[in-house]
Amino acid sequence: MNHSSKGPEHFHSQAKAALGDPQLRQNFRGAMDYLQDKRKSAFHDPVEEEKIRDLSEAIRQRCLSKLPQLLELLDTNCTRNGIEVHWAENSDEANDIIARIAQRHEAKLIIKGKSMVSEEIELNHEMAKLGIECLESDMGEYIVQLDGDKPSHIIMPAIHKNKQEVSDTFEHHLDNFTPTLDVDELIQTGRTRLRQKFYDADIGLSGVNFAVAETGSLCLVENEGNGRMCTTVPKVHIAITGIEKVVEFLSDVPPLYSALTRSATGQAITTYFNIISSPRKSGERDGPLEVHLVLLDNGRTQAYQDADMRKTLQCIRCGACMNHCPVYTRVGGHAYGTVYPGPIGQIISPHLMGLDKTKELVTASSFCGACAEVCPVRIPIPDILQRLRTAAKNPPEADMIPMTGQASAASTLESLAMKGFAFAATTPTLYHAGTWSATKLKGLMPDNIGPWTQCRTSPKFADNTLHQLIKTRNKKKGETS
Amino acid sequence: MRIYPAKPKTVYFYGTCLVDMFDPEAGLDAISLLEQQGLEVIFIEKQTCCGQPAYSSGYTKEAKLVAQNQMDLFVDPWPVIVLSGSCGGMMHHHYRRLYQGDSAQATVEKFCNRVFELTEFLVNVCRIKLEDKGDATSVVMHTSCAARREMNVHVTATQLLNQLQNVELKIPAYESECCGFGGTFAVRHPHISQAMVEDKTRHLSETKAAVLVSADWGCLLNINGAFEYQGQSLKGRHIASFLLERIGGK
Ligand code: SF4
Repeated sequence: MNHSSKGPEHFHSQAKAALGDPQLRQNFRGAMDYLQDKRKSAFHDPVEEEKIRDLSEAIRQRCLSKLPQLLELLDTNCTRNGIEVHWAENSDEANDIIARIAQRHEAKLIIKGKSMVSEEIELNHEMAKLGIECLESDMGEYIVQLDGDKPSHIIMPAIHKNKQEVSDTFEHHLDNFTPTLDVDELIQTGRTRLRQKFYDADIGLSGVNFAVAETGSLCLVENEGNGRMCTTVPKVHIAITGIEKVVEFLSDVPPLYSALTRSATGQAITTYFNIISSPRKSGERDGPLEVHLVLLDNGRTQAYQDADMRKTLQCIRCGACMNHCPVYTRVGGHAYGTVYPGPIGQIISPHLMGLDKTKELVTASSFCGACAEVCPVRIPIPDILQRLRTAAKNPPEADMIPMTGQASAASTLESLAMKGFAFAATTPTLYHAGTWSATKLKGLMPDNIGPWTQCRTSPKFADNTLHQLIKTRNKKKGETS
Repeated sequence: MRIYPAKPKTVYFYGTCLVDMFDPEAGLDAISLLEQQGLEVIFIEKQTCCGQPAYSSGYTKEAKLVAQNQMDLFVDPWPVIVLSGSCGGMMHHHYRRLYQGDSAQATVEKFCNRVFELTEFLVNVCRIKLEDKGDATSVVMHTSCAARREMNVHVTATQLLNQLQNVELKIPAYESECCGFGGTFAVRHPHISQAMVEDKTRHLSETKAAVLVSADWGCLLNINGAFEYQGQSLKGRHIASFLLERIGGK
């Protein structure tokens, strides 16, 4: 089944549809329970957990505080190492850069490791227009691609499916496949089908987990080995990353790596960790002849300019926030209609796509704080969401840089209501008149008060307010004393 | 970790607008609990609401107006005891945020540090000792997310319940998960909120506890409304009323 959505503007209907799909809900609940348990056992010592989070947050904040300089340094050191660096301000520029490299090599097939940024720029779609096929080699991405679908999670793209559904997908799209519920067999099937493609591909494309400025190296975290194949076998390797992924020192990587894998899948380390520092050198027997790095902005500098929003860029894309989000657990990743779903998606997407398109998303949180409680780099997600809600409702203050789509959720009616609320809450006589009449006229409270009563009875006011009861109590006290 | 002051002689009491309108008895019960601790309890007649509805909807300016107005009411340096973890969170944490970079920041911080949620205050400042006089029963507790994650008061509420000898505390599945209220969230995203409260009520009733308690009326409006809609008999009460009843104060 294709769960692809029409975009974040349709969050309401997409969420409603997802909520009405019991299989989908069961798949997500089961998967999130599993991932929550994994994370919990990886952080069994709370003191150590706090230390790792403190350190990771400090590293990310230090690196972001010098982001422009570190990017320059990364460029210099990568270039010195023989990695060609490209800067892209938006998706179109990034796709152009990749297309030009592909055309120079007359590439027909690009084999891809996991890269959410390539999803962000819709690389597969753009390359297809030029007659270049992009093939996903991460198992989850491969399944999703067969379905003509999009990832529903940033580290587990096909988590919305159970093994039966994966078997169905394979049966539908692969020749000579015998349906099975054996997970190893399913994975083996995918692997075998992909094997030859690594050799056939002209270009390998990957994301980047950490780009090290000091050494000009690209770090890749993965479990399947396909990332290593993509970046070693084809003669050209293109890495693409958001500009925020740069770190200052090589020594910054181990703590972040540990925070990442524990938060994501509860692993102490992953099966593979690749550091790419140059193309193949003379005398070496493998590795690509060319390595390219595409650095993408796409709205990230907008987040960078504001001290609160900048914290969004601390993200190391572990997915823990979505794994613990009660909203994500129930509606799944596709409902958001964005590349990055869940809490991190709710705070990064407004910068990538504009608040006009994403204003529904920033309200889709009960502010429960489960995301911030687990974020390994301590991004205060609810606080940032609160800021985004303010920006969606109000024009920028005099000293602030406007966000794309700022004030697009401004509503005269709601704003009047909130002014009314503020007036009542700052005018005790008015407030008391309101609460008093609420309790006195409670018989008039309708049984049906819109969406609230679709699963709840309407709230019942007390006979007297606390203010009144205390008055009576004080009077009595006065009489007896 | 918060450093707690010595027990004062006098405290301010903040009832919150939901208790004011929906469960004023809980307000009186909380006052009795505090008075039993030998405290003089001052209720400022002019108090209204902490401003959270405006704040969480993105109306920062309006929220700040309300915050300033409320803070101005509590002039003496006494602690302000709040009857809800989420309003406590608003006044203890978010008032600070509203004044970030403002010239009044330092004054506001002082006020924020005087704000305590009821159970937190009873345990950490009053060091209360409860003597259970009730019959054997079982209770399940729901703590609001703000109470849990901003104020850490799920710990103190549990400590209070654990002091009651004849009360068995049951732990629901997904204990720390949100009930789906979230103020305007329940109305803006009714279907998601419904899915959440349905799960929450199921997990709570599966414990088979005789009583549900909470220190947050926001969650109780949501959970009780859902229980009643489903025709279930379990009904949540404010923890202040439950405690006072158990120690024979009612
Ligand atoms: S916001 Fe935090 S928890 Fe969420 S993906 Fe990023 S690093 Fe992980």
